[in-house]
Amino acid sequence: MTTSIQLFLNGQSVTVNAPENTPLLYVLRNDLEHKGTRFGCGSGNCGACTVIVDGQAMQSCDMQLWAATGKEVITAEGLAADAIGQLVQKAFIDEQAAQCGYCINGILMSVVALLKKNPQPNKEVLMESLNRHLCRCGTHVRILRAIDRVIQQLNEKRAA
Amino acid sequence: MSNLTLPANIVSNPKLSQWFRLDQLPLVTVCTGKVELGQGIQTALQQIAADEIGVDLQQINWIAGDTHLSPDEWYTAGSLSIENGGAALKTALGYARYLSLEAAAKQLGVTANSITIEHGIFSSKDSQQQITYAQLANHLDLDVEITSNEQIITSKQQVMTKWVGRSIARDDLHSKLSGAAFIHDFTLPNMRHARMIRAKHVQSTITHVDIPKIQQLPGVEQVVHSGSFLAVVGSNEALIVLAQEKAQAFVSWQTPAYVQAQTSTEEMITALQASDEIAFQQGTADTVHTTVKARYSRPFIAHASIGPACAISQESDGILTVWSHTQGSHLVKNQIAVGLRQDPSTVKVIHLHGAGCYGHNSADDVAFDAAFIAKMTGLPIRVQWSREEELTASPFGSPGVVEFEVGVDESGTIINWQSEVWSPTHIHRPGWAGKLNLLGAWMIDPPHPVDETKDNPLPQGGGLRNAITLYNVDYQQVKHHMIPQAPLRTSALRGLGAYLNVFAMESFMDEVARALGQDSLEFRKKHLSDPRSITLLETLAQMANWSNRANLPEGTGLGMGFARYKNSGAYCGVMVQLRAEEKIYIDHVWSVCDAGEVINPDGLINQIEGGIIQSISWTLKEMVTWDTEGVTSATWDTYPILNFDEVPQVEVKLLNQPGVQSLGGGEASAGPTAAAIANALEQALGVRARHLPLTPDRLAELMS
Repeated sequence: MTTSIQLFLNGQSVTVNAPENTPLLYVLRNDLEHKGTRFGCGSGNCGACTVIVDGQAMQSCDMQLWAATGKEVITAEGLAADAIGQLVQKAFIDEQAAQCGYCINGILMSVVALLKKNPQPNKEVLMESLNRHLCRCGTHVRILRAIDRVIQQLNEKRAA
Repeated sequence: MSNLTLPANIVSNPKLSQWFRLDQLPLVTVCTGKVELGQGIQTALQQIAADEIGVDLQQINWIAGDTHLSPDEWYTAGSLSIENGGAALKTALGYARYLSLEAAAKQLGVTANSITIEHGIFSSKDSQQQITYAQLANHLDLDVEITSNEQIITSKQQVMTKWVGRSIARDDLHSKLSGAAFIHDFTLPNMRHARMIRAKHVQSTITHVDIPKIQQLPGVEQVVHSGSFLAVVGSNEALIVLAQEKAQAFVSWQTPAYVQAQTSTEEMITALQASDEIAFQQGTADTVHTTVKARYSRPFIAHASIGPACAISQESDGILTVWSHTQGSHLVKNQIAVGLRQDPSTVKVIHLHGAGCYGHNSADDVAFDAAFIAKMTGLPIRVQWSREEELTASPFGSPGVVEFEVGVDESGTIINWQSEVWSPTHIHRPGWAGKLNLLGAWMIDPPHPVDETKDNPLPQGGGLRNAITLYNVDYQQVKHHMIPQAPLRTSALRGLGAYLNVFAMESFMDEVARALGQDSLEFRKKHLSDPRSITLLETLAQMANWSNRANLPEGTGLGMGFARYKNSGAYCGVMVQLRAEEKIYIDHVWSVCDAGEVINPDGLINQIEGGIIQSISWTLKEMVTWDTEGVTSATWDTYPILNFDEVPQVEVKLLNQPGVQSLGGGEASAGPTAAAIANALEQALGVRARHLPLTPDRLAELMS
């Protein structure tokens, strides 16, 4: 059944007319034309489709539209408008932490959600977050380096 | 001045205007057949191009893999994009530069050799005036045959730009990391989504299908059914994805007769019907003091890209356009035409960036799927494969078995070397050996016959890639047993046979050294005379502190692997330090690579690192599983790959060789990594692992 659902996408109020059980992923990509969120497995196993919903990293293939009603959703398109989002995105580019880049946006979202809550995560906490993501090109070493760079920057900021 | 031999890709695309045009001014248009597959090649090739014609990277209008606009450079594969694609660009653009210098000289009223080029501007110490490529456009005839001679090559000294050798950041990453950028994100007006209905074994045929039932599924606007080709089409992607799953209930399949239940790789491979040929023989066999013998194997491995295959197709004005992340736009264009039984001039393929490509994956098959559905429905069609299709229907990396028997003389030196390699084909691409090789074309009615397999012959080699040892021996014989029909479809996966051959050969070198009581590094060096190999090994040993090997704690091991990819590409050595308990924990990896003159150091390091991590995943975890109905490793649960918490520290060092031919390195590190793991494991646990993958189950088996 098609319903009208309102949510906040990257700070903007948007209304979607779609069946309420549609996975959020397809709503973002097709109804709202935000293609930075990517399909990987459709079963919440790879993390490629991760977005931030009310501060939580969520796999959008595994979340139905109704569950996002009235919530604030952040996608890759919205990172530049967020202080930590910007830092993380820049660190990934500075470290060239991508090969094909298909998995990266999901990882960016998880890292941003984590650092917003905990700017100094220990290795265990960070791994818990990252283990929800798969990367096939083997870019892990650079991804970890980019995250370290952001953590260091946040640390310096706090000290200053 | 005598003309020089032209690179093969120039001979087959001889017109300068196929490579260089001034049609998008003020940018200069450079065309290539080599495409970005996530390996960063676009940036490296742009660096080469910019240095030939004296422009900045931002001044280039880059066209890659468009069958109407780019040269046909065969496949983007085999770590040959720098070696072949780069050489072709150098020749074509070198000639463009030469002609431009001549034209600029005329316009400026100076001699050509007084001119320098920088930022696309031609200046001369003998003139106050300057001229740009844009201003030269009307004074240049680019519709000419490319030629090359010493004078043309020498004119490169007049280019002041120097991009090659610098770690230039990729310009495609910003868009990929902030929004739409991939083929998956490309849309057409009125576009419909289509999904394929398939069996667990892709070459299964439909015995019964209830089309009306499928047509009634929510979201299904059309069903495309031809023979065993079955697809659902609709406007709402989410509903079509659900329909793809639900439609399975209304189809019955017949699995091909050659699909038998899975056994161990070694058992399966050596039982299948195979050829028996001596592929290489050199020298004379001598009397030996001792012989050492061992056998190794690897299973089927999946490409397992994070982004499943996607293609978009539309027919308009008699031209069927296909947007594809193929490795060979021209080849797939021609074979789609064969598959659809229409003239190749009516098909056009445009390359768009896809998710990571490590060889002949599902990209070409999905392109045919989209083309066929677009043709049958008359609609613009986007097809994306599911995760399950990606892990079951894509061709797999070929399994294999390698056996060595060497003879050693009294001084403990290998003199006789014999090996045998068993494997199905490592290449089965569209256009390979002129064959169709498109899954969908084998399924439609009337079907095209399933193409016979033919492996890549030496010197490149498929199953035999890196099967010939470069260690100095008096006598060498390599036998090949090519398996024409395997239970699952196979084709090129990163490194082809090199992954198994190097794993096996480098494991075996350690085994022989151990049997003779010699240090495995010294044992290798003793059998090498090439100074580049020896320097590389010594650098690597220093990086990883090899001499401290004996002092590592119990349960820890340091092992090495080394090869020159394809015996003609980049040299790469890898050392791995690991701990072994109930499973293998890889702590640290060091690698040294000599790829001649390095175009983009950071880009090459990224490729070497990626090859190492991917190889750790293959070596420790990966194996395709199947039963009599088809593939059972269809999800990330049943086909696990490396997790973040399993990733070691990785250090890569490049031995840059300015002025020495640049060599492809994208596939160089996988084989050495696998061997380094097995060799480190030997030190850690005292067991020799010869059959992959090295899962906790395999360890338990070895320990008992």
